[in-house]
Amino acid sequence: MTEPIVQYKKVHKAFDDVKVLKGIDLDIYPSEKVAIIGPSGSGKTTIIRMLMTLEEPTSGDIIVDGTNLWKMEKKGELVRANEKHLRSVRGDIGMVFQHFNLFPHMTILENCMTAPIHVKGEDKKEVEERSIEMLGRVGLGDKMNNYPSQLSGGQKQRVAMARALVMRPKIMLFDEVTSALDPELVGEVLEVIRDIAKNDDMAMVLVTHEMDFALDIADKVLFLDEGVIEEQGSAQEVINDSQNKRLREFLSRFRN
Amino acid sequence: MNPITDIGGQLIPGLGITISILLASALFSYLMAFIAGLCRLSKNVFLRKFTGLYVEVFRGTSLIVQLFWFVYAIPILFGVNLGSNWSIGVIAIGLNYGAYLSEVVRSSILAVAPGQSEAATALNMTSFQKMRLVIFPQAVRMMLPEFANYTIQMLKGTALVSLISLNDVLYYGNILRSSNLSYAPLIYIVVLIIYFLLALPLILFSRKAEKIAKKGVAN
Repeated sequence: MTEPIVQYKKVHKAFDDVKVLKGIDLDIYPSEKVAIIGPSGSGKTTIIRMLMTLEEPTSGDIIVDGTNLWKMEKKGELVRANEKHLRSVRGDIGMVFQHFNLFPHMTILENCMTAPIHVKGEDKKEVEERSIEMLGRVGLGDKMNNYPSQLSGGQKQRVAMARALVMRPKIMLFDEVTSALDPELVGEVLEVIRDIAKNDDMAMVLVTHEMDFALDIADKVLFLDEGVIEEQGSAQEVINDSQNKRLREFLSRFRN
Repeated sequence: MNPITDIGGQLIPGLGITISILLASALFSYLMAFIAGLCRLSKNVFLRKFTGLYVEVFRGTSLIVQLFWFVYAIPILFGVNLGSNWSIGVIAIGLNYGAYLSEVVRSSILAVAPGQSEAATALNMTSFQKMRLVIFPQAVRMMLPEFANYTIQMLKGTALVSLISLNDVLYYGNILRSSNLSYAPLIYIVVLIIYFLLALPLILFSRKAEKIAKKGVAN
């Protein structure tokens, strides 16, 4: 039995007085594809933002590949992680954002090349080849020297995925990556994710509103409601078979 | 005398001081702006408060009084000589405009979209890399128009050094007027024209800067 690559243990998160997550327990296995669904405000995004070290849990532990992400050992005691510790643990995690967050002052190719060169210290030539290959894979080989402002939303999001993939993460996080797109551009982005899911063996966590898509690619679906994981199981079990009343209500809003 | 060219010719010797003071104090103020602007964003409370004090004191008091302080008051109070009047002019103007510009630096850095910093984190950059590769290049684009603007103001501010007996353009204008009182209007028009001609490249640059700024900023 393989060990989980990520474990959430009784993770809570509050913003001031608002309790967003109330005790999340979750295992993610290597190469597992996990979809998180649920009403807006249920804390879906917060779950993956904590893993990317963009939000700090209020309590509980997140273990990445056997190492506690937000806590480190110092003189035999567990203390709050510093930046160095966070960097050493999050190196295998990549993320794609709802609003793309491409670097506007760099070309598409530079967007992909910056981190491998500066962060991982890899050879420029090799990184360039890999970036070009990756941009070809997301169908943007001809836009390499353009700036992000010259691309459509769907193209930007595909660049964002290439940028994350060039770092060769073991875990990829997708934060509602189609929510900011015009409806006719959603398909091209989902197509790329589907391709990644089928051909790469990294673990993927998708926060999504695309139910059919989740059903199609996810090994495991979580239904999050009011900060609690209400249901989890295979896509079939959760989306088609579950009798959970809140879940049925939620799903009925997507199926007309 | 043939008015315009004659007057112009008599003012030209002042150009050296006006331009050298402008260049030196501009460079010094940019340096101060980045140091103070970054310090105000630092996590260190002492650094933040201390630079905050500098900025408010120099923004909140008059430049001409600061000049007089550096020339006449500080040497008596502390027994230190700050060097020639030229370097005092540069220090005073540089510190004064550095205070204003540090606010431009600070607010531009804060104005870079938070998503940019998050993307940098997701690519596992260090805080320093995040600043150097992602935040700063974008912030500088936003700073450019304001920097050009303040540099034009600085040029005009240099005229104050004529009051601490530096021989700049205005100083020569004043000398000329005192011996040709009836020419006063003409003399000061020529002085204005000279300042305008000096400002012209800066004005053109600030227009260009605005275009550059519009180009590379987050959507």
